[in-house]
Amino acid sequence: MGIEGVGARVARKEDKRFITGAGRYVDDMVVPGMKHAAFVRSPHAHAEIKKIDIKKAQAMPGVIGVLTGEELKADGIGNLICGWMIHSKDGSPMKMGAWSPLAFDRVRYVGDAVVIVVAETKSQARDAAEAVDITYKELKAVVDAPKALERSAPQIHPEAEGNLIFDWELGDSMATNAAIKAAAHVTRMKIVNNRLVPNAMEPRAALGYYDKAEDHYTCWTTSQNPHLARLVMSAFYNVAPENKLRVIAPDVGGGFGSKIYIYPEEIICLWASKKTGVPVKWVADRTESFLTDAHGRDHVSTVEMAFDKDNRITGLKVDTIANLGAYMSLFSSCVPTYLYATLLSGQYDIPAIHANVRAVYTNTAPVDAYRGAGRPEATYLLERTMETAARELGVSPAELRRKNFITSFPHQTPVIMNYDAGDYAASLDAAMTAADYAGFAQRKAAAKAKGKLRGIGMSCYIEACGLAPSAAVGSLGAGIGLWESAEVRVNAAGTIEVLTGSHSHGQGHETTFAQLVNQRFGVPIDSVSIVHGDTDKVQMGMGTYGSRSGAVGMSAIVKALDKVEAKAKKIAAHLLEADEGDIVIENGALKVTGTDRQVPWFQMALAAYTAHNLPDSMEPGLKETAFYDPSNFTFPAGCYVCEVEIDPETGVTEIVQFVAADDFGNIINPMIVEGQVHGGVAQGIGQALLEGTRYDASGQLLTASYMDYTMPRADDLPSFKVSTSNTPCPGNPLGIKGCGEAGAIGSPPAVINAITDAIGITDIAMPASPSTVWAAIRATKH
Amino acid sequence: MYSVNYHRAASVADAVKLLETGDAKLLSGGMTLIPAMKTRLAAPSDLVDLSHIEELKGIEVAGSAITIRASTTHYDVARDERLKTACPALARMASLIGDPAVRYKGTIGGSIANNDPAADYPAALLALDATIVTNKREIAADAFFTGLFETALEDGEIVTAVTFTAPAKAAYEKFRNPASRYAIVGVFVAKGADGIRVAVTGAGDNGVFRSKEIEAALATNFDAAALNGVKVPANELMTDIHASADYRANLIVVMAKRAVAAANA
Amino acid sequence: MSDISLTVNGKRVSGTAEDRTLLVHFLRENLGLTGTHVGCDTSQCGACVIHVDGKAVKSCTMLAVQASGSNVVTIEGLADGADLHPVQAAFKEHHGLQCGFCTPGMIMTATDMINRHPEGLNEATVRAELEGNICRCTGYHNIVKAILAASETMSKGRARQAA
Repeated sequence: MGIEGVGARVARKEDKRFITGAGRYVDDMVVPGMKHAAFVRSPHAHAEIKKIDIKKAQAMPGVIGVLTGEELKADGIGNLICGWMIHSKDGSPMKMGAWSPLAFDRVRYVGDAVVIVVAETKSQARDAAEAVDITYKELKAVVDAPKALERSAPQIHPEAEGNLIFDWELGDSMATNAAIKAAAHVTRMKIVNNRLVPNAMEPRAALGYYDKAEDHYTCWTTSQNPHLARLVMSAFYNVAPENKLRVIAPDVGGGFGSKIYIYPEEIICLWASKKTGVPVKWVADRTESFLTDAHGRDHVSTVEMAFDKDNRITGLKVDTIANLGAYMSLFSSCVPTYLYATLLSGQYDIPAIHANVRAVYTNTAPVDAYRGAGRPEATYLLERTMETAARELGVSPAELRRKNFITSFPHQTPVIMNYDAGDYAASLDAAMTAADYAGFAQRKAAAKAKGKLRGIGMSCYIEACGLAPSAAVGSLGAGIGLWESAEVRVNAAGTIEVLTGSHSHGQGHETTFAQLVNQRFGVPIDSVSIVHGDTDKVQMGMGTYGSRSGAVGMSAIVKALDKVEAKAKKIAAHLLEADEGDIVIENGALKVTGTDRQVPWFQMALAAYTAHNLPDSMEPGLKETAFYDPSNFTFPAGCYVCEVEIDPETGVTEIVQFVAADDFGNIINPMIVEGQVHGGVAQGIGQALLEGTRYDASGQLLTASYMDYTMPRADDLPSFKVSTSNTPCPGNPLGIKGCGEAGAIGSPPAVINAITDAIGITDIAMPASPSTVWAAIRATKH
Repeated sequence: MYSVNYHRAASVADAVKLLETGDAKLLSGGMTLIPAMKTRLAAPSDLVDLSHIEELKGIEVAGSAITIRASTTHYDVARDERLKTACPALARMASLIGDPAVRYKGTIGGSIANNDPAADYPAALLALDATIVTNKREIAADAFFTGLFETALEDGEIVTAVTFTAPAKAAYEKFRNPASRYAIVGVFVAKGADGIRVAVTGAGDNGVFRSKEIEAALATNFDAAALNGVKVPANELMTDIHASADYRANLIVVMAKRAVAAANA
Repeated sequence: MSDISLTVNGKRVSGTAEDRTLLVHFLRENLGLTGTHVGCDTSQCGACVIHVDGKAVKSCTMLAVQASGSNVVTIEGLADGADLHPVQAAFKEHHGLQCGFCTPGMIMTATDMINRHPEGLNEATVRAELEGNICRCTGYHNIVKAILAASETMSKGRARQAA
């Protein structure tokens, strides 16, 4: 590794603009004539729209346009869709209800958009939005997923009888039931995975600009995948054909999944720009974000884990109800199915697994992928159950896990996944050593002496990343392929532009991707520009989510670099009158191996473009494109250990240490990878201790601002001890597994295992807030 | 935010006059009022900014007699060296309000005139048996805080200062709402010339209150151990998604114990 | 509507805005200083922190007209020409930012924090004093590290100046 190459802790190139206030986010964009939008949203969780009176609003100062769903429908704008088909076990397709970008007949959750107001200023738009008079007939609402399946529950969509979207299964039911029947011990639990609000710090925003002369639309939007936004808005929502729609996702202030999806607002801003003749900008306020960003998690499950007399797991049976909210968001259906049940084998050799998943509609915000997406739910279920099993069996949690680890690879699980590489014991050992697990008993005694309850918990997670082999996901119902693209442009003086379909919204691609180029060609990273986030600049790409930018996005770059290298060597060999096979690239030059003959990189590039002296029949120029479709998922894994100290008088849990030992395969920039773990762990601790999304029974969101939704603050968290022990991924050219989601996946069960250990109870609800912990401690005394 | 007209008052008299405009409200640090206006929960027609009135700023410590003028910020209360000597509990309490940016702007006058049921100052002033001085009269803290966001202030009445006698011992302990970081329970204990006063914020259904149970238990023995076994009734305490009345009742005793221990330390 | 004049990043500026205009919006929309961000409605996230008359305040919780006559420094004015401020440099060196959205407010808060603690900072103090700044990306680990490092650098700078 050079100082800027693969494996180096290179400070980020993109930081300069962010630390000087020169970042360019959607709300920073200004185009001539731009006006501002505000949405009128449903105050009811479930109601019929009887009448919409916009006259008063139209007459308000500064108002340019007040537009409704009827007009949107009349203009042929389509309904929002879910792009992943799931079939129920009876073979019927999932029951997707209609989702109009602007509701016109019925509203189904608090925050459902009904009317858009465009005005000279944002304040005027809001003033006028308040003047829109909508008559509703309120209907009974349901927010809780199991209750939505009850006979008495209100019917939310006519398409989905009993609010059931699908009733799906995976695995071998008979074999699993037989294993449970024959078991020496069965651990049974009810597991609730709490609903979360992603809360990227930059609220969602959209700026729609219709150019009448060109009949062309431009959309600046807070997206993790601008090409996908364009594809969906063109192919399904009928906004404009792809060649007439440019989507730009400039600097984006965090996503965590919530900015994958195409929401009503960007569609409506584009349409409204054409209707009103002015560019229309909308920026969510935080409460709008709470109400309308896709939420995450919200599973209620029961689990049975069967063991033989040697404490080996013989079967796992899971029944899950997944709350998908009021509408099916773009990838909502795959989260509680193929991103969840396929991971239920965890790190363990389990011969029989069966999962049944029912997805249901409720009168709440749509639920979709949030950092980890399905995999945190699987890990939480499995690792909480393992902990309980260890306690019931009277064995050490570490040893029960170790005994059941998969140790030879490849390993085919009973739930689709074929694990390619890993060393789970190595991560377990590393975590236990870093945590001084052996010294815990002494620390617990010391804590007890000062009146504190100390507990320790672990979690051994696995996830499937590098989303994903296109044919495989296609066979499972995906409406898209999950390859990635890259174009490498070597300029005439040797500098390089890499156009990538990945999108960076905090991940540092401008640095890591440049490091990869530096490693290959010796070009300084300052001479390498990473271009992304603009459909006019970059060839079709699939964006960033599912920890895929390294394993898939960079693999595409590698393929393009291979092609560039091959041509560059041909040119160099021609210039040096040497054999192509003897050319090596070292220190910024192409050399004839074993000699001092060389041509500098920039000179080779210039030769490619002057084209005065190229090999016969070679095209001038040096620019190559590649599409990379992965052959398998990747399988990051690791072990997390959490140690807590609880103040029994107040119920306050302090995380006294948090250890993460991960296996991410090969690593390009360890500093950035550690940062991803820190952030993921903070979100996982947030889920376990702090973050709970609460609707009241009528469907009002009680946690709709930071006054009531507890965001992790600096003083809620410790510094983290992170390390990696890596087994390279055999499935992609760089051996990368991915690191973006691991922290959020592995940490919640470690925290809850520690808390239940400290208190001496089997389970506690997340978030284990002080009042919840205090009540749990009190219950142990009665 | 709805449309509003801003006025900068040059003196208290000027402010009183400006207050007569429409549905005017006083603006001090703005740390509660501006957020309420942003979310359109408050909609005054006019704002009268007090923060440029020199006569409303400053802290005076004369022996045990302490005066804090209304526009003094939490930051200034927290760092005032004479106050830190005379009544360290109050300086420390001010250092626990909000976050550093809030403490730079928020003022004692604004806090008590707003009387948020989770604000810290009301507990302090009630426990310190303080007097609230206005442009019209002096009001005992016991009579000043009358309910949720309610005070004894009349129209056109402006808090100009707070006075109190430094207690022999005092301390404040706060248990924060994990989300908003306001007090779920804040307990200020003071051992003054006229006995023990214990005031609780964040918990009461009707705002700040004195805890008779805790005061009685401490009356003869100002020691944390005196609170062992003491129960505070939960029936007039708030329940919300963050804390039940029972939990608050428990926290009141726990915070009181810790405050007494801190006061004795 | 009111006339507003301010000194922003060393330059005298003036403009007219509705009285209800928040300082952050005046900076962003009237002056084009978009480095200061808005991340919440409840004055809690701190993405909008700037310095007004030498103190770190939330520009989303102050009317522009309220600030008239004040001296304002925003993230755009923190660096000394081409030289990064030590806090900016430390955030880069220690990877104290990912998406960058909370970063301007974090840096302005951190600068104020370090100035208020010439005696130096420890981890617990830094974490406590970050109560008014929310980051969703970093888990704060590297932000804390960066602030502690910047505090060290700045105290060395002060010592050099004193010598």
